Amino acid sequence: MALDQSFVGRSYPATAPYEVGREKIREFAEAIGDAAPAYTDAEAARALGHPDVIAPPTFVFSITFRAAGQVVEDPQLGLDYSRVVHGDQKFVYTRPVRAGDRLTVTSTIEAIKSMAGNDILDIRGEVHDEAGEHVVTAFTKLVARAAGQEG
Amino acid sequence: MTAKISYDDVEAGTELPAQTFPVTRDTLVRYAGASGDFNPIHWNEKFAKEVGLPDVIAHGMFTMAEAVRVVTDWTGDPGAVVEYGVRFTKPVVVPNDDKGAVIEVSGKVAAKLDDEARTVRVDLTATSDGRKVLGMSRAVVKLA
Repeated sequence: MALDQSFVGRSYPATAPYEVGREKIREFAEAIGDAAPAYTDAEAARALGHPDVIAPPTFVFSITFRAAGQVVEDPQLGLDYSRVVHGDQKFVYTRPVRAGDRLTVTSTIEAIKSMAGNDILDIRGEVHDEAGEHVVTAFTKLVARAAGQEG
Repeated sequence: MTAKISYDDVEAGTELPAQTFPVTRDTLVRYAGASGDFNPIHWNEKFAKEVGLPDVIAHGMFTMAEAVRVVTDWTGDPGAVVEYGVRFTKPVVVPNDDKGAVIEVSGKVAAKLDDEARTVRVDLTATSDGRKVLGMSRAVVKLA
């Protein structure tokens, strides 16, 4: 059943702050095998003009996706998460995420489309720091495949 | 922001150094822990096959993270990325053998966007086992 169009434009309350830790950034950089010093060495990061170690560009998804859970699990929306696949992902940065950031995410449903029985949900996650400054916006497209469809 | 590549030194068509990134089951377990994405399709073969996949597949976000390394290694400053987006077209299938899978990524400057902001658009191509795994993979980066 197609999702209710009246949810388009709906915003969810900002999440509690996520505190970005140096060791979490290091763990993430190691997991993707990226030895760039800006992720682990504060001096190297400062030499590039950053106040502290920065996170790899896609690190923030862990935070925005958890926030998108508010939308995905909204019982009123009724998305069948067992059929959901990640279609597209995009980030628009004002600045890189860095250690010490306390980030909140405000998720908004940007669009709901129905194509060939699939529900397509576009979620925008605006990420702000403790001072209220914009850090990055995550655009996430989720596709809930039609029931009974394989692959 | 201190990219080591100068805006003046690139033009549309400039190629970035291509890279290959190996992926094994071990890689996926580490990525699951680091990212908090514990979906069993990324580590449980039985589950993956039950939902119609050929085998365990890599997290799309892992592939996305690897692909942009061609850009961040090139600029020298990961903070130079101002925009980055991909479409997940095909999964990276990761067999449970000694080799695992390999993600091959190349990139080139598609356009110089803004002489004042010194931004360029880089188009990336990511393949695994001869198949394109990302579509519309584009990054906007600010150069020195």
